[in-house]
Amino acid sequence: MTADRILNTAGAWALALIWVLPLAYAIWTAVHPAAYEARFDLFAPLTLENFIKAWNAAPFGRYFLNTFVLVTVILAGQIVLCTFAAYAFARYQFPGRGVLFGLVLLQLLIMPDILIVENYKAIRLLDLVDTIPAIALPYIASGFGIFLLRQTFMSVPKELEEAAQVEGMSTLGILVKVYMPLAIPTYLAYGLVSVSHHWNNFLWPLIITNSVETRPVTVGLSIFSAIDSGVEWSVINAATLMTSGPLLLAFLLFQRQFVQSFMRAGIK
Amino acid sequence: MLMTKFKAAAAALAFAAAPAAADVDLQFYFPVAVGGAAADTIEELTAQYVAENEGVNIEAIYAGSYQDTVAKALTAARGGNAPQLSVILSVDMFTLLDEDLIMPFDDFATSEEDKAWLNSFYPAFMENSQTGGKTYGIPFQRSTPVLYWNKEAFKAAGLDPETPPATWDEMVEMGKKLTLKDDAGNVTQWGVRIPSSGFPYWLFQGLTTENGAILANADGNEVSFDDPKVVEALDYLVDLSKEHKVMAPGIIEWGATPKAFFEGQTAMMWTSTGNLTNVRKNAPFDFGVAMLPANKRRGAPTGGGNFFLFKGASDEQAKAAFDFVKWISGPEQSAKWTIATGYVAPRPETWETETMKAYAAEFPPVLVARDQLEHAVAELSTYENQRVTRIFNDALAAAITGQKTSEEALKEAQAKADAILQDYR
Amino acid sequence: MLRTRGWIHAWLLLLPGFVFLIAFTHLPALTTLWSSFFTTPRGRRPAKWAGLENYDTLIGDPIFWKVLWNNAIYAAGTIPLSIIIALVMALWVNRQLAGRGFVRMAYFTPTVLPMIAVANIWMFFYTPGFGLIDQIGGALGFGQTNILGSANSALFGVMVVTIWKEAGFFMIFYLAALQTIPTSLIEAARVEGAGGWTIFRRITLPLLMPTTLFVSINAVVNSFRMVDHIFILTGGGPDNASSLLLFYIYEVAFRFWDTAYAATLTVVLLVFLMILAIGQFFLFDRKVHYR
Repeated sequence: MTADRILNTAGAWALALIWVLPLAYAIWTAVHPAAYEARFDLFAPLTLENFIKAWNAAPFGRYFLNTFVLVTVILAGQIVLCTFAAYAFARYQFPGRGVLFGLVLLQLLIMPDILIVENYKAIRLLDLVDTIPAIALPYIASGFGIFLLRQTFMSVPKELEEAAQVEGMSTLGILVKVYMPLAIPTYLAYGLVSVSHHWNNFLWPLIITNSVETRPVTVGLSIFSAIDSGVEWSVINAATLMTSGPLLLAFLLFQRQFVQSFMRAGIK
Repeated sequence: MLMTKFKAAAAALAFAAAPAAADVDLQFYFPVAVGGAAADTIEELTAQYVAENEGVNIEAIYAGSYQDTVAKALTAARGGNAPQLSVILSVDMFTLLDEDLIMPFDDFATSEEDKAWLNSFYPAFMENSQTGGKTYGIPFQRSTPVLYWNKEAFKAAGLDPETPPATWDEMVEMGKKLTLKDDAGNVTQWGVRIPSSGFPYWLFQGLTTENGAILANADGNEVSFDDPKVVEALDYLVDLSKEHKVMAPGIIEWGATPKAFFEGQTAMMWTSTGNLTNVRKNAPFDFGVAMLPANKRRGAPTGGGNFFLFKGASDEQAKAAFDFVKWISGPEQSAKWTIATGYVAPRPETWETETMKAYAAEFPPVLVARDQLEHAVAELSTYENQRVTRIFNDALAAAITGQKTSEEALKEAQAKADAILQDYR
Repeated sequence: MLRTRGWIHAWLLLLPGFVFLIAFTHLPALTTLWSSFFTTPRGRRPAKWAGLENYDTLIGDPIFWKVLWNNAIYAAGTIPLSIIIALVMALWVNRQLAGRGFVRMAYFTPTVLPMIAVANIWMFFYTPGFGLIDQIGGALGFGQTNILGSANSALFGVMVVTIWKEAGFFMIFYLAALQTIPTSLIEAARVEGAGGWTIFRRITLPLLMPTTLFVSINAVVNSFRMVDHIFILTGGGPDNASSLLLFYIYEVAFRFWDTAYAATLTVVLLVFLMILAIGQFFLFDRKVHYR
């Protein structure tokens, strides 16, 4: 039993060390001079110069703001649209229900990420190329979000709704006052997945943006690291830490709550 | 539409020094491939021009990488609001012509002085800028590859630290002396490093030129990938690893190359002159810069971006754009640009200025790229350029990684390229 | 009367969501098919009907077959491995463990860091000579490697990064599921003399089945979708050895500007996903029922 336990602990730690290595390396290079990118000397001098250099070399402040606006717009849109749709699927019987729900589930597999060619044409038609709404539009309605919220809404006892109806609450009122509060863990879990996904999304923003005013951090980082004069890991990693910092911190602080909200949201 | 207006407003704020009632408004896209300082310099120069020329307002838009800039220009043009002026890779000339987006500069060179100016660039740079007797591109941020060598490694290997290899054979001979192994037989320092990731064709074009081959014709619709001289050049490149074992096997990463040089992983490297400032700042040893070694002749490709004039500009706008390009390529402006970025000044006149002379005296390696220009040729450029160079790159990669022989790979590439280019003949 | 009002309510609730769903998922999926029958418009030549010409090109395009094969290997390699590792991680983090907080945090990191940024870090790990793998290998007496620069290992190098990224993310789902398994169930089995392995196989694994299904759908979609790191690590090279279908679509559409052919490639991708979709829905029906 104890041998088993030691083995498991050793295994868990070994895997953890491998998994954390990229982050550890990013921190190492970011706080040491460039000469120590490939030299792991315990007594290497510490410096903040890489952060200053990265900050001055590209408009990361602006990129950061763009990403922040982007994930906020997407999440807000998703919450509203998915809540409405999920409620309809969870509580109404109507013609076309099965087919429409099938269309929703279809988006779990055929995601906008794959339809870059046609979506690019659509955005050009709307004259929205190189705008933040253009990055957000394809993701505003999320099949995953609708599916998840529908599951949660269906577990809400019918009696609660009936009681509210007796009190004369409107449909919208019932949705906002009865259903949504009960689905908070689902919103939280979904929100975290959505935010981390769109914070880190790259391909679509790469295609649809081409100026500082719209570029999210991922695209900014890729341009920044693809310069003619070779890779400067120390500066790139400093930039990575700066731009992922808030998300990283949020995850570290809330990881327990994160898992619990997943649990309660019934994503399993 | 709204965003465009917003951006115009932002730019107007940025250039508050410009006269308020501008008669001619210009939009100008530019890419930056060497870090932040370059963008600042372009904006400074633009602001200076606007301040000196009443009645002209130029909105300089930093559009990101070269890829971004051409994409942005194409999209804007399709939407009917092309910029009047943009810096784009010189090799994209045929693509831009195919899309019917650009017009020649010749139409606006009315005076004798203008015509003389058009002829005042290094011919090597103009090869990529002219086709069908017209000039479509004005060289601006242009570069060429050179050889960097580690003088200390040369000394340690018993070689003269002041003499770089001048020929292919010498590069192999010296490379053998410079390749060091530890007791277990593992290589600790390679002789030479010619990166082959991403766009291997560019450095490889150094080898083909030195071997007397020209990869594409001036009309951009014929390539000679399977020319025996090209095959021979590829054999030489492959043999550096396979036969002579002076270069690491497999694809060699472009981005990690300067670092490998600094770390003493390689005693020589081939890379762009655009790296000069970086190497000067970070190499922990004494280094030298030389022209690429010769075989049948000296040779190197040129690289980098040109100014292009876009269709859709009004006559006044086009004239103003022409005037701006002429001004920014002037000796003092060009010297400032070269010193800030490391790009090669494209006109001999620039090198005659006091500023440039002082700079070259202080740091002689900058002259190597200029001197190499007389041996340089056009960078590989054709219609459907991205696709054709991609075919060529794949062939090179296949040979370097040993999946195909040089001849097989290049024959296939030739056939594929012909299939694409025959529509343009 | 009341019933039709309910219908109208439901439709109105669905309307905004479906406008976007259809506009950016279903409609483009259909127009992709339509576009694949035309030529690419260029400045001097507008698009014209091409019939099956693009499909002819496709069948004769060796790069297409190569990326398709690569994608199959990529899927077969990353899907099972990342799911198994995720499950193992979750089981470890779910038990008593010295330093559990750190271990869990370590497993979490890939979820938070953007692929495009970690790709740069992995590139350093893979760099021949002074990269981390070679430094460790060198200390142990091994020679230089060139994982990303060799045709037979580049895809493998890309897959490792994908597994690293995905396993950490999937672990979260398994962890949440594990915590809902009643401990009484496991206690009871233990009282009856069941060993750890038997408990895992007979109780834990079946109870995790819905999660495994959910995660595997995700993994399947990701095996067609996750190409961000290829931009930095290999650019699809050497000679397309590490290129995947979506990456190739990107290149054709946005580097070669051949949108018609890119649409044709997308049709193939969609067909694959449709087949998988049908398969998954059958599985869904059998194993999991949503009330």
